[in-house]
Amino acid sequence: MGIENARDQSSSPGRRLATLARHLSVGDTSLISSRGEAIDTAPTAGFHGGSVFANVAQAPEDPILGVTVAYNKDPSPMKVNLGVGAYRTEEGKPLVLNVVKKAEKMLLNNPSRVKEYLPITGLADFNKLSAKLIFGADSRAIQENRVATVQCLSGTGSLRVGAEFLARHYNERAIFIPQPTWGNHPKVFTLAGLSVKTYRYYDPKTRGLNFQGLLEDLNMAPSGAIVLLHACAHNPTGVDPTLDQWEQIRRLMRSKSLLPFFDSAYQGFASGNLDADAQSVRMFVADGGECLMAQSYAKNMGLYGERVGALSIVCESADVAVKVESQLKLVIRPMYSNPPIHGASIVATILKDREMYHEWTIELKAMANRIISMRQQLFNALSARGTPGDWSHIIKQIGMFTFTGLNKEQVSFMTREYHIYMTSDGRISMAGLNTKTIPHLADAIHAAVNRTK
Amino acid sequence: MASNVASVAISAPSASLVSLRGNPKQRIGFGKKHADLVFKGKRRDWRRYYRWKRMDSSVIFFTMQFLDLLSDISFVDKAKAYNQYGDDMEMACVVLCACLYLSVIQCKRRGKRTTFYNKDVRKVDPSSVNERVFTRVSMAVTVNSSHFEGVTMAPPDPILGVSEAFKADTSDLKLNLGVGAYRTEELQPYVLNVVKKVEKLMLERGENKEYLPIEGLAAFNKATADLLLGADNPVIKEGRVATVQGLSGTGSLRVAAAFIQRYFPDSKVLISSPTWGNHRNIFNDASVPWSEYRYYDPRTVGLDFDGMVTDIKAAPDGSFVLLHGCAHNPTGIDPTPEQWEKIADVIQEKNHIPFFDVAYQGFASGSLDEDAFSVRLFVKRGMELFVAQSYSKNLGLYAERIGATNVVCSSSEAAVRAKSQLKRLARPMYSNPPVHGARIVANVVGDPNLFSEWKEEMEIMAGRIKNVRQRLYENLIQKDKTGKDWSFILKQIGMFSYTGLNKAQSDNMTNKWHVYMTKDGRISLAGLSVAKCEYLADAIIDSFHNVS
Repeated sequence: MGIENARDQSSSPGRRLATLARHLSVGDTSLISSRGEAIDTAPTAGFHGGSVFANVAQAPEDPILGVTVAYNKDPSPMKVNLGVGAYRTEEGKPLVLNVVKKAEKMLLNNPSRVKEYLPITGLADFNKLSAKLIFGADSRAIQENRVATVQCLSGTGSLRVGAEFLARHYNERAIFIPQPTWGNHPKVFTLAGLSVKTYRYYDPKTRGLNFQGLLEDLNMAPSGAIVLLHACAHNPTGVDPTLDQWEQIRRLMRSKSLLPFFDSAYQGFASGNLDADAQSVRMFVADGGECLMAQSYAKNMGLYGERVGALSIVCESADVAVKVESQLKLVIRPMYSNPPIHGASIVATILKDREMYHEWTIELKAMANRIISMRQQLFNALSARGTPGDWSHIIKQIGMFTFTGLNKEQVSFMTREYHIYMTSDGRISMAGLNTKTIPHLADAIHAAVNRTK
Repeated sequence: MASNVASVAISAPSASLVSLRGNPKQRIGFGKKHADLVFKGKRRDWRRYYRWKRMDSSVIFFTMQFLDLLSDISFVDKAKAYNQYGDDMEMACVVLCACLYLSVIQCKRRGKRTTFYNKDVRKVDPSSVNERVFTRVSMAVTVNSSHFEGVTMAPPDPILGVSEAFKADTSDLKLNLGVGAYRTEELQPYVLNVVKKVEKLMLERGENKEYLPIEGLAAFNKATADLLLGADNPVIKEGRVATVQGLSGTGSLRVAAAFIQRYFPDSKVLISSPTWGNHRNIFNDASVPWSEYRYYDPRTVGLDFDGMVTDIKAAPDGSFVLLHGCAHNPTGIDPTPEQWEKIADVIQEKNHIPFFDVAYQGFASGSLDEDAFSVRLFVKRGMELFVAQSYSKNLGLYAERIGATNVVCSSSEAAVRAKSQLKRLARPMYSNPPVHGARIVANVVGDPNLFSEWKEEMEIMAGRIKNVRQRLYENLIQKDKTGKDWSFILKQIGMFSYTGLNKAQSDNMTNKWHVYMTKDGRISLAGLSVAKCEYLADAIIDSFHNVS
């Protein structure tokens, strides 16, 4: 019959028994299912017997993206979408950066541009420039060729490829993720074959960082375990460690040989300054140790739908980096062969041109400033209304999201009565607010809090 | 005996017994009790001196207790500890320090030197190591080794290697027939005019770059299903097709494979022998078992139809059968319409699930409908099936990664459920697909003028390939006086052709004639120009007849 792959031979005993049972059952019409129940048609009977997809259940809508789906269905003119993390202008419109439009025009007008397959690792220029952007142009790790960088599909793709690599080549399967974290993190890591554990992060009492808990939990982690760190602008809480705290985390992690896996989705978008937002990462890389880094250009360059990102693995030596890169290719090839060119070309065009880079930093700062201003305005609005509670966390937290501290019931109330769409954990996207909608949101929060007193 | 050493080392404040001055390699002592290990002054035969008498292994110190201890503090990897560090003097010194100088928190090795740090991260002079503090052995010792020490170099991609060797070749005669992308007669890459037009339109329109839904661009999904099955196909009208935009062919296959792994864990996939090399990798990584069915017959350089049917029949009921919709890669050999009917019969008989890989619709014959014949035949039979589509070749959108996973179900309700689960698999892989290529396809297909233009350009591309096949054939029969049947060149279809050349003959093509191709005898007609047909014919004839 030809070659079979090893996996077939090593299928679980249960699976083999079930298949055997099926073959040995008397007559074609009384096949036994893997649970020992008789079923009267073959499980793949096709159209006339029923569907082969009979046991495929309806999956629930993705909790984060489902918010936008629900928002779109709402006919109310008052509705506000504070669900998904995409930047909106003051007019509530999506934004394509001017420098991005410029870059696209340049690409289009370039007569020698082709659409040939990229290498498996992606656009080489893009990879080098991305590593420089996050690690710093003067990074020793880059100069010593210790960084393996591959272009991936935005943050998610970079996380998935990195996790698959670790599941295959790293001897520790446990990955510790902060509690709470982006909803898609546990799914990405689990499907890649890692075992997800959590460490304490958010303190609902202070609406800030539970630093003691964080250190304790990381200290209890088995040596060599992987630890997911949000480089800046923690999603969903907006709570970041201070630089001192980062240093303590670094020391603890290095002393226990814990492997850092950074998720950097907001470089430049959090504080408005690219270098400032990369400080936590650079601190770790400066000590000569290893780490993984998943970078996304979705927010800071507004390239959401283009799916541009990069996975960098900082290794102990150039030798190791070369081997690591070769293995990353084996993960990528059977997943999607090679990455999409359009977004990466835009990024490379901008990063390598001094003027365009500068333009970008200005537009980036403007976006970050608008968000910071929304925070201030919301805080003021709640103070003005005398809404019970301490709302200072709104201006203390950083980045696109605020963890309001509102509970599920309060959130549904706000959706029902005020047409405010947000995730049920109380997270709101500041990017979705503007001067006109802030009073409406403040009213909603005020009502929700007073209602459940 | 060995354990005495270890327990003494841990429990006794024996720091005073040891002096560690200067180069650790030269002076390290362990006290009178353990005379075997006392050593002063220079010695040449280090290794022997450190060998524990009672143990044959050259690894000392590693008793069970001590090994556990060192393993717990991530000092060594327990699985690899034995016999790994015995010859490593630096490591031995560090280990000694670790067990004797309990206040030493860090041992950092840089090249040949080891430096020691205490818990306040201050450097410790080894000779003064006599701090009175006995911390628990919660010391963390890092020896600057990589977390990825065990990662080996992956083998190079076989097809990529062909292109690299081609680049390195300085001969004027060189010809790259390894490439899997269309080339013009001038052997240049080709961006379709209709694609350039659409990109210009898109830029002028100033569309946004918001996230697509997980399932991709709705307009694209509709267009791609219509193209595949025909817009007036009953299954489309009845809403029985679940379509999810994917990352070209590979990505669409991978998501479908993940779906199969989750919902059909007891089923395997049958793949043709040979098939595209990446098919196996995709199913392996998705943990879907596979086996092969006979396909290529080297005697006829054609289809082993009986073998194919026999093997498909022999597989367990309810297996998935991976079929190339048209232009089989790598052979170029497609079943005839009659053979497709027979294959459909067998598959239905066995309740197998067809899984089509459609990477060349329109590119093979020049006609979108003709190239979709096999898929539409199976759908007409009422079968539920999977189809992975790609627009890399037929729209020249290689690097944009645009394709789709389609699942044809027996009811619209099943299609809704299937789609929801495909989304659930895509989300933790890449969240949502890239927008650019999807918009290009949707715009081309959505505008009647652009769509016609596209069909014309596709006919030109397919036509060029058919033309070089014809020219190559003519050259071969003209030059080859042995009367060998070269008609398979004309019978095969699509970008690739299996020449029937074996590995040694293929090597001769490269080494003597500077013709680059893959070792299985596959050539890419897309990389051949009319001007080079004569030269290639010479090369093939020579390799075939003069090399074995």
